[in-house]
Amino acid sequence: MMTTLIYDGTFEGLLTAVFEVYDRRLGRVNLQKSDLGANALFEDKMQVITDEARANRVLKGLKQKISSMGVQRLYAAHLAEMDSDANSLLGYIRYAFDSAVNIEEDYGNRFVMRVSEMVRMVRREKHRMEAFVRFQKLKDDTFYAGIEPDFNVLPLLIRHFKSRYADQKWIIYDLRRKYGLYYDLHHTQYISLDFANVAKPADVIAAFTEDEGIYQHLWKNYFTSVNIPSRKNTKLHVRHIPKRYWKHLTEKI
Amino acid sequence: MNVDRITEKLNILADAAKYDVSCASSGSKRKNENKGLGNASNGICHSYTEDGRCVSLLKILLTNHCIFDCAYCVSRKSNDVQRAAFTVQEVVDLTINFYRRNYIEGLFLSSGIFKDADYTMERLVRIAKKLRTEHNFNGYIHLKSIPGASDELMNEAGLYADRLSVNLEMPTEAGLKLLAPDKNQADMIKPMGYLKNAIIQRTEEKKIFKKAPIFAPAGQSTQVIIGATPENDSEVLQSANYFYKNFNLKRVYYSGYVPVLADSRLPALNTSVPMVRENRLYQADWLMRFYGFKVNEIVNDSQPHLDLDIDPKLGWAIRNMQAFPVDINKADLQMILRVPGIGLQSAQKIVSARKFAKLNWDQLKKIGVALNRAKYFITCKSNEFERRDLTGSNIKQFILATSQSKYLKNTQVQLNLF
Repeated sequence: MMTTLIYDGTFEGLLTAVFEVYDRRLGRVNLQKSDLGANALFEDKMQVITDEARANRVLKGLKQKISSMGVQRLYAAHLAEMDSDANSLLGYIRYAFDSAVNIEEDYGNRFVMRVSEMVRMVRREKHRMEAFVRFQKLKDDTFYAGIEPDFNVLPLLIRHFKSRYADQKWIIYDLRRKYGLYYDLHHTQYISLDFANVAKPADVIAAFTEDEGIYQHLWKNYFTSVNIPSRKNTKLHVRHIPKRYWKHLTEKI
Repeated sequence: MNVDRITEKLNILADAAKYDVSCASSGSKRKNENKGLGNASNGICHSYTEDGRCVSLLKILLTNHCIFDCAYCVSRKSNDVQRAAFTVQEVVDLTINFYRRNYIEGLFLSSGIFKDADYTMERLVRIAKKLRTEHNFNGYIHLKSIPGASDELMNEAGLYADRLSVNLEMPTEAGLKLLAPDKNQADMIKPMGYLKNAIIQRTEEKKIFKKAPIFAPAGQSTQVIIGATPENDSEVLQSANYFYKNFNLKRVYYSGYVPVLADSRLPALNTSVPMVRENRLYQADWLMRFYGFKVNEIVNDSQPHLDLDIDPKLGWAIRNMQAFPVDINKADLQMILRVPGIGLQSAQKIVSARKFAKLNWDQLKKIGVALNRAKYFITCKSNEFERRDLTGSNIKQFILATSQSKYLKNTQVQLNLF
């Protein structure tokens, strides 16, 4: 019999679901983020209540089975937030627990392969954000950037931006998921901003320092100057910078 | 700041620097340990120009005033172009402000030769020094080694820069003599030789004294222009191989000649840029550096040119059919790397995955193998495999018939113009 587990979509929730699978000795399981309502015949449905202690027990057990790098990769794959792939993550973790040896490199296994693909997608998005963030300097010397990544990669960006821009305050804000990262010269923290009071575009521009416009202008000029028209290759250009990223790229606006 | 003036300078001096194709910002390991600005590690392409090239560094000339008259260069003495020069402070301000906005990984600074080699090199070094010591800047810095610069200046350059490069310009000395009569290869090789030894020595010191300063941690590179002089691919790659082996270069860049000047010694102005040839040279370069190929296996006297139709690994495979088929579940990594359609990552994954169970076609496809090419050269856990006794040229025809060749695509574009 198939059991449907409904969890809250968090990493802890996923790990708690794993706990339930083993605690209740479940066989075939379908893990999904939200209750889709329809009740199939011969189906058990169960709500997983995220439990930090249980999640930690699973995490500890998992670390005996796969490397810490492997755990990080699982976390990255989870950030892809692809509902249909919750079962791949669950399948991967069950395979890791049920196997006597470390299965991280068993690319012939469909769960291992799928997780590897998800990791690649999320890491590529992380890398894109490291490249495509465009800071704008505000009057209080904070550097602000808005992003709209395909996946929820903000947590993966902390280390890179914190070590690189250690001497300036910065905010990177995920406009799609409505939360951001703020670095205050010492620590980073998650924040949410209220854009409701920003009525007119002019208000936003007024918040920038005077030289912000100058450097944006210089950067756009630079970008145009380094192009070699006789080598034009639009297909390659768009493959490297897909159009959906253009609206936040100073040089493409 | 005079915005109009600085804009004009930036346009002139970025435009003049753009034919230098190196844009790498990887290979360094400079950390931001002092709560300063920036670090340099794996390299990031922050943007891409409309010709599809990566923009990683602020790539500019300090000045395009030049005492030399090299035929292929837009900044040559006899060319009637607008001249400009940055001040040290202007370059520093641009670098820092672009970097803080996450536009760039760092600075790539080159220059026309004004007065003499040391005078020019000294200015380049001064900018790097100021960025490092006064502005606590740990981003990537690539400096040009000016041919003929003194050992003392090269030593100082190595202390502040991540990478240094001298452009050989032409693949052979004869080519250089033809187009750049003021330059000679010995002058170019001198700073390259000094840096090679200095890098080896400093790396040894660093092993003993942890606190020893890092010295040009991203090494040296060079560039050769392709298609301005009549060298064949064999000469180009043999020359690249020589410099990789003897000067420990990290990269050799191949820059397809863009006709910008009318000169009887050069291809005519309407000649198209040899982009496919350039691409094939890079593929061959990768085969030498990462896939264990010897230069003579790729090009030699009987095979002086790379095939433009197909990639050089496929070219090698169809000339060496006796080496195939390869059993994917048994062959060693070195042999798997030689199979057309299998890249470095796929090869690694295959070798890891087959320890668990033998692999079949579906799994190979999932792993990322390009089966349209690989299928003629491998067997795996399946009864289906290529049983016909195909010749190399059969295989080439089959593959070309089922794929979009870069070469064919490009000729089509050119034909459409008429």
